[in-house]
Amino acid sequence: MFRRWPDADPATIAVIVEGRTALVPPGASAAAAVLVAGFRHIRETPVEGRERSPYCMMGICFDCLAEIDGVPNRQSCMVEARPGMRIRRQIRARKIDPAPQ
Amino acid sequence: MTRYDAIVIGGGLVGSAIAYGLAREGLRVALVDEGDVAYRASRGNFGLVWVQSKGDGAPHYQRWTRRSADQWPALAAELSARTGISVGHERPGGIHLCLGEAELEERRARMERMRIQSGNFGFEYRMLDHRELADMLPGLGPSVTGASWTPYDGHANPLNLLHALHKAFVEKGGRYIPNTTIGDAKAAARDFRIAIGDREIGAPKVVLAAGLGNSGLAPLFGLSAPVEPQRGQILVTERAQRVLPMPTTTIRQTVEGGIMLGDSQEDVGFDTSQKPVIMQTIARRAVLSFPWVRDLRIVRAWAALRVMPPDGLPIYDQSERFPGAFTANCHSGVTLAAAHANLYAPMVAAGALDPALDLFSARRFDVPALA
Repeated sequence: MFRRWPDADPATIAVIVEGRTALVPPGASAAAAVLVAGFRHIRETPVEGRERSPYCMMGICFDCLAEIDGVPNRQSCMVEARPGMRIRRQIRARKIDPAPQ
Repeated sequence: MTRYDAIVIGGGLVGSAIAYGLAREGLRVALVDEGDVAYRASRGNFGLVWVQSKGDGAPHYQRWTRRSADQWPALAAELSARTGISVGHERPGGIHLCLGEAELEERRARMERMRIQSGNFGFEYRMLDHRELADMLPGLGPSVTGASWTPYDGHANPLNLLHALHKAFVEKGGRYIPNTTIGDAKAAARDFRIAIGDREIGAPKVVLAAGLGNSGLAPLFGLSAPVEPQRGQILVTERAQRVLPMPTTTIRQTVEGGIMLGDSQEDVGFDTSQKPVIMQTIARRAVLSFPWVRDLRIVRAWAALRVMPPDGLPIYDQSERFPGAFTANCHSGVTLAAAHANLYAPMVAAGALDPALDLFSARRFDVPALA
């Protein structure tokens, strides 16, 4: 569905999206990595479970929410992909662990 | 000149609830709304339908608030059926958290005073210690010494409520006039003419529900509405799975999962800016109450101005000089929405306020100054 510009930097950064390895160029966002990995949607909305993909890619729309390295609900378009980063899609509302610390 | 049965000035929660109630009574109603350029407390509301903190020393206010909370489920169901908009109302009871022994003792005394003041009307409440409370609210912080609980409290989505009231009003045949600041107003008994832009509308009844704008409007109609702005600031977290089964005075989790933190009070005039020191205080109190809030991201924050009468109680009046002119002023547009639609509007339609509202008249401020 998504193709990279032919003149882009070589894809040398390997991240893990839902267990699959995806390669993106240096400076690419985590949202871009999810798209490169071939996922149709990155999140399902908290209330109605609707499928959403990254949209604005500039930190406004909150439709690219993902769990990055264990932290839920991150705006993945604002996070630079790093080698070995683990990205999971944000499926509905994040959990809260209210157990006393 | 276009004539109506009633003109409501102000399209926020107070005005639109009354306008909807009047339209439902069969009146031809115009609702004049300044629009989103207005201060519009309805946009910044915390969303509590709250009973337990209101009316200490003023049992008539306690009763009025509770009657509204009792009317709320019917209003929510009616708006949902008429408009398809869910206003997110729940009434699971509510909690006021106390941090430290002093707060708890003060709360205990206040709740008992309110129970005594309620007389035969009754006021059911319980004081809960930390252990009992920890069974009700998950992940309670150790600084919470206890809480008061009443079954009367609940919460709703203020934006959906405003949307639903507007939609229901228009569907009942109401005429919504947006983005309009009223110009010249001519008042005579049961004959009011109001300039909007280059035209005029008229009606035998007018209801002033313009929030902070009422203080300037009221004298034109022989009324008094000495309301002042009181700033409140709110923080909202990302949406999360629901863990809070009921709202508290300062922290509530919405139907959609976001957690709202609020209840600051500042007298700073018409300044709607946000102040980090207040936001820190709100956040700190939230984390003391529920340490797990620390892990949640704040996604939005705002400030808004409450419409505050000098003693905090609503002001309701019909003009003695110009009968037919009514006013409604309060800082609880959500809590009192059901009273305004289901109780106040029928009184306006009938042409007389119920004697139960006498104590809410602005005449209470006309105390002769002592030398």
